[in-house]
Amino acid sequence: MDMLIQEFFNFQVMARVWPMILAGLIQTALLCAVLIPIGIAGGIGTMLLATSGHRALRWPTILAIDFFRSFPPLVLIIFVYAGIPFLGLQVPALAAISVAFFLNASAYFGEIFRAGMKSVPKGQVEAARSTGMTAGQTFLYVTFPQAVRNVLPDLLSNTIELVKLTTLASVVSVPELLHSADLARSLTYNSSPLILAAGIYLLVLWPLVRIISRLEHRLR
Amino acid sequence: METWNRFVFTFFNADIAWRYWPTILEGLWVTIAAGLLVVVTGVTCGMLLASLRTLGIRALNIPIILFVDIFRALPPLAIILVIFFGLPNVGIVLPSLVVLWISLGAVLAAFSEEVFWAGITSVPPGQWMASRSTGMTFGQTLFHVILPQAVKLAIPPLTNRTISITKNLALGSAIGVNEILGQANSALSMSSNATPLTMGAFLYVLVFAPLILASRMLERRYQWGGH
Repeated sequence: MDMLIQEFFNFQVMARVWPMILAGLIQTALLCAVLIPIGIAGGIGTMLLATSGHRALRWPTILAIDFFRSFPPLVLIIFVYAGIPFLGLQVPALAAISVAFFLNASAYFGEIFRAGMKSVPKGQVEAARSTGMTAGQTFLYVTFPQAVRNVLPDLLSNTIELVKLTTLASVVSVPELLHSADLARSLTYNSSPLILAAGIYLLVLWPLVRIISRLEHRLR
Repeated sequence: METWNRFVFTFFNADIAWRYWPTILEGLWVTIAAGLLVVVTGVTCGMLLASLRTLGIRALNIPIILFVDIFRALPPLAIILVIFFGLPNVGIVLPSLVVLWISLGAVLAAFSEEVFWAGITSVPPGQWMASRSTGMTFGQTLFHVILPQAVKLAIPPLTNRTISITKNLALGSAIGVNEILGQANSALSMSSNATPLTMGAFLYVLVFAPLILASRMLERRYQWGGH
């Protein structure tokens, strides 16, 4: 038991590595602040293409969605980060993961938004258009808000997935929370920094997980 | 033209592909085997936990809910690293493949418990009463009446979850599991060429694209069923 506490819940070690962990936490927060908005924006764009009236736009988009959904994000990151330099181009790790996450998140968010748009009855569009609203106004004020409401749990849970996904940046040495914790682990020969990082993820994400559970059960 | 040739040489190099094909294929089998292990254990444990939760015993439900919430909230890579680097220091040494299996299996168990539980709670309570009043036991009611309906509701969301969690098998490369990405990565550093990565990516798509398509078909079918 003492051994377990020594190895996993060593508060002295945790206190010692706290500055490193904090720096990692800030980096993770920054990553999320950039990646979540571009992912959602990409998702809305993807949804617009995937629901467009032109077959030439719709089919390639749906194909791309399925392609990037079947591509493990880590493979995408490594591909961009380790593959492109062989062409003689230097890719900063941050740019590599931004591109990889953008493609991945656009596909997932796009699919969620698409399901949401499909759940809004057609009559809503017809009614809105017949009151004289333009197609853009109909989308912005009538269909899109309802679509978002209908898929809110999925949107939230995908956002959590995206936050969890930022840990993959550690594989390409971006000094985010998990990377700093792992570095601290190798410096102290003790797993407490990893537990500390896991605790931080838990602290931030657990409330969201609870909210999603609530929302899902209410909608059913 | 020069750039194009360079691009082909870097990413689609036939010589390199030919040389490293067997190595990467080995990774494919590891990925498939590990994937099957994770899916079978994860979904089974998830269903078991959801069934236990129907008993309504507080002392049982609290740990189940705690387990589910924690493994839904934690990033899989964090779980993998804690188990892989932490346990050896307290005297438990597990092969990296087993660490990957336990971690992803636990994550899938948590997510599938949630999905099954949602399915169980959406079966109208009248079904419980009706079955029990015909003289069926609690267990019979659960296994012959409630679960079959719950599973039907759970299949589409469960397929999506299972696919996205199984894709995390690539994280195994971070702890030295010789699955597709791990094999491709070492071939990449041996050959100084990105073609092994292209092959690895291609194999991943080959494995997962049919699953994604299947999940689309399932979704459509259950929509038509219009429960």
